[in-house]
Amino acid sequence: MGSGRLYAAVTAGGFRRYATYRAATAAGVFTNTVFGLILVYVYLALWDERPHLGGYDQAQAVTYVWLGQAFLSTLALGGGGVEGELMERIRSGDIAVDLYRPADLQAWWLAADMGRALFQLLGRGVVPFAFGALVFPVALPGDVLTWVAFLVAVVLAMVVSFGIRFLVALSAFWLMDGTGAAQAAWFLGYFCSGMLLPLNAFPGALGEVVRALPWSSMLQAPADVLLGEAGALPTYAFQAGWAVVLLAAGRLVQTAATRRVVVQGG
Amino acid sequence: MVAAMWIRSTMAYRASFVLTTFGNFAATGLDFVAIMLMFSRVDALGGYALPEVAFLYGLSSVSFGLADLAIGSMDRLGHRVRDGTLDTLLVRPAPVLAQVAADRFGLRRLGRVTQGVLVLGYALVTVDIDWTAARLLLMPVMLLSGAVIFCAVFVAGAAFQFVAQDAAEVSNAFTYGGTTLLQYPPTLFARELVRGVTFVLPLAFVNWLPAAYVLGRPYPLRLPAWMAFTPPLVAVVCAAAAGTAWRAGLRSYRSTGS
Repeated sequence: MGSGRLYAAVTAGGFRRYATYRAATAAGVFTNTVFGLILVYVYLALWDERPHLGGYDQAQAVTYVWLGQAFLSTLALGGGGVEGELMERIRSGDIAVDLYRPADLQAWWLAADMGRALFQLLGRGVVPFAFGALVFPVALPGDVLTWVAFLVAVVLAMVVSFGIRFLVALSAFWLMDGTGAAQAAWFLGYFCSGMLLPLNAFPGALGEVVRALPWSSMLQAPADVLLGEAGALPTYAFQAGWAVVLLAAGRLVQTAATRRVVVQGG
Repeated sequence: MVAAMWIRSTMAYRASFVLTTFGNFAATGLDFVAIMLMFSRVDALGGYALPEVAFLYGLSSVSFGLADLAIGSMDRLGHRVRDGTLDTLLVRPAPVLAQVAADRFGLRRLGRVTQGVLVLGYALVTVDIDWTAARLLLMPVMLLSGAVIFCAVFVAGAAFQFVAQDAAEVSNAFTYGGTTLLQYPPTLFARELVRGVTFVLPLAFVNWLPAAYVLGRPYPLRLPAWMAFTPPLVAVVCAAAAGTAWRAGLRSYRSTGS
């Protein structure tokens, strides 16, 4: 049980650390709200032109926009998770210190990232979402159970998001400067998670493919649970499946990296 | 010189440079892919067909890309204010603004400009424009004025960081948010929003107003036609205002104690 307490402390630390920068949080809330506003008008026009696109009505599409803005920093869809710091530690060689710690590298960073994500959800996610819900017509469920089911899906989304970013960060062991890989992962994630357009509005085969990729468990999956478009259990199974695959891959790469790669620094 | 130094430093990690340039290209490219996906489901958005939206998109992206290439590193100023490394720039015999602009100069940002040029090229081939001398002349004028307007927004955002170092992200709402807004037709948005970006923060002069003239479409606000030719004027005013804000910010700078 000792290790459980350790990771809980790391999570709490991650939460507190991001909570320190209040001005940055306020700035982020403002920016997310502005982007949400732009996207809402685009979607309103889109759904006006083509009602029931992707099975959503207009109110559901609007809700989807504000969910996306709430998740942007929570799931680090636009970058800004712990992976930047992890990559910097790999590049500078500080990672050697982390590897000496009597804690597992992957679990440590997962715990830290969960703390960050929880803070971003409360600090940066709630306000733009509330703004959107007050100003525009949205479709929100009335019963508590759907909200609980939604929150579980959000937590699973956080784990999947970390699983991808951990793999990206470890690429720095081989590339040294991971900026390129991080950026590539970022634009891919931004597109494939449905930040630009809901995945169920993607046409044909492309839609089939993106809906099967891990990114669809990040924004689309929780959104569909909240909007009542998908059952909770199949969604959880899909998300958990990807989480396990990604975390296992991360573990494999981590083992390979620590065995084969010479750490930088004297 | 500072810019050249940063280019050399980027080239130290060549694989990463290729990836980031491509990343910049693709990240902005996917933006446009999303718009194409929308148009695979509808024929028009706000009365604008795909070629016309591509026209707006290309103009906005090229103007923004040029500004981003020139001074897109401004959001690092807050870090420099906080940790006191701005002092180094103050004692060097070169304008601080130029140094901050060249700080972390990223040649990779060429990716964004390239993508914008490609979309604009596609638009010019497909869109049906009744070319006159005035419309032709307006094209380069619009792109350059747009770049200057975006530069002014970047500089104003940087000046704001002297006051609130951690709040660098606020300027993203106007820079990245601005270019995203301008990629879509003005007819989509609420009238108050259009008024705001026409009269308060004059982003509409980057492409909305002049492009409406080139495309021969009415602008939602019913402004006189000669307004389409005012972007250079607006750009000069914006630059002057941003310059004033920058100087005020720099004067208020007090270095960290340690």
